[in-house]
Amino acid sequence: MTPPRTLAETPSQTAGPYVHIGLAPEAAGFSVFETALGQPIAGPEVPGERIRVEGAVFDAAGAPMRDVLIEVWQADAEGIYPHPADPRHAAAASGFRGWGRVVPDFDTGGWAFDTIRPGPVPDPVRSPDGRPMAPHISFLILARGINLGLQTRMYFADADNTADPVLAAIDPPARRETLIAPRTERDGTPVYRFDIRLQGERETVFFDF
Amino acid sequence: MSPAPLLPRDRRRHPPALAPAYKSTALRAPRFPPLSLPATLSELTGPVFGADVIGPLDNDLLRNFAGSGSPIGERIILHGRVLDENARPVPDVLVEIWQANAGGRYRHVTDGYLAPLDPGFGGCGRTLTDADGGYAFRTIRPGPYPWRNGGNDWRPAHVHFSLSGPAFAQRLVTQMYFEGDPLIARCPIANAIPDPAGLEALIAPLDMTAAIPFDCLAWRFDIVLRGRRSTPFETRPEGN
Repeated sequence: MTPPRTLAETPSQTAGPYVHIGLAPEAAGFSVFETALGQPIAGPEVPGERIRVEGAVFDAAGAPMRDVLIEVWQADAEGIYPHPADPRHAAAASGFRGWGRVVPDFDTGGWAFDTIRPGPVPDPVRSPDGRPMAPHISFLILARGINLGLQTRMYFADADNTADPVLAAIDPPARRETLIAPRTERDGTPVYRFDIRLQGERETVFFDF
Repeated sequence: MSPAPLLPRDRRRHPPALAPAYKSTALRAPRFPPLSLPATLSELTGPVFGADVIGPLDNDLLRNFAGSGSPIGERIILHGRVLDENARPVPDVLVEIWQANAGGRYRHVTDGYLAPLDPGFGGCGRTLTDADGGYAFRTIRPGPYPWRNGGNDWRPAHVHFSLSGPAFAQRLVTQMYFEGDPLIARCPIANAIPDPAGLEALIAPLDMTAAIPFDCLAWRFDIVLRGRRSTPFETRPEGN
């Protein structure tokens, strides 16, 4: 039995403009740790369709944010998370990390990462009929001026997203489009473009999961 | 079996997205409120970190950059425990810290503050919490520094903390302040926290019980991550 809530969560504070020192020191211009965290998301032996995801995070003035740090988390090609809370985790693809840290180009604000396309993920909490969530990648956005990390999701424009329970909860429905990344191809590799707009026209939907 | 649901986040505990005195929030705060939904498997899972990613000096900022020689500044220990809202210790949390040097300068390509870099100091560390939720770092006390916000705003001395708990939705990034620092009360970032008790939770007290005589002082910072909801009457898909 879970004990009751007796403590309050520690308040968040902004990660600030120098977040890369702590979470991606190589990007800040130096190295301290023997093991660099955050890449690769899916090692070369991991089965699945190889894809690239790229984009930028824009502020309300339409400027790409050059000091952002993004964390991504996704399931493998079978929709399995390598984490004990996933009932199927023992079957997760070998060498699959599912987690990454993404740092933009400090001059342009553009970022990109390589991974495999995730599979649909079961949603036992809200879909007792076993209907899965459409393939998606979870994003956490940290930066100066963001007091509490912003949670969002990227979906794939070429997937069937019509039955996804999370997208279906977004009202007005027109805002669902802000989470759906269009696909192009470059040198034979699928490239998904996911631009995140923090405020204003076509403001990205953020979640409080 | 479904993983235990998380307690909904009490957003009143956190600074609002738009905090006008902290000017950077003006263009970066979403206008729409976030959509509150119960966490799915995608948020109840998260990256697992093992001891293999932690090197022996990773939590020792006095030695992990230059190797030999000591950085300039007050030698300190930062330590504490990571608990959840159910008051249970949370083991295997990746705790990462970063900070300015004793002069208030960050080792970052984009920091141009006139205080010098310290050749003996990098400014980042990481560790995993032990079975009791405990963690410890050795470092120097960072200096305050000016920042472009108001005409003469200075950040209180602080250490950035990042915590990766078992669930991606438990992720927490925050800052620790030092008891007795007069700049805390003047800081627009710290004071964006609506509840004074919330800010109090970020101010580490001096901890003489952990200080090492003739070596270093110690400060204690306990951290609370989101907890789990009790589920005695959970609706079960298979029927009760």
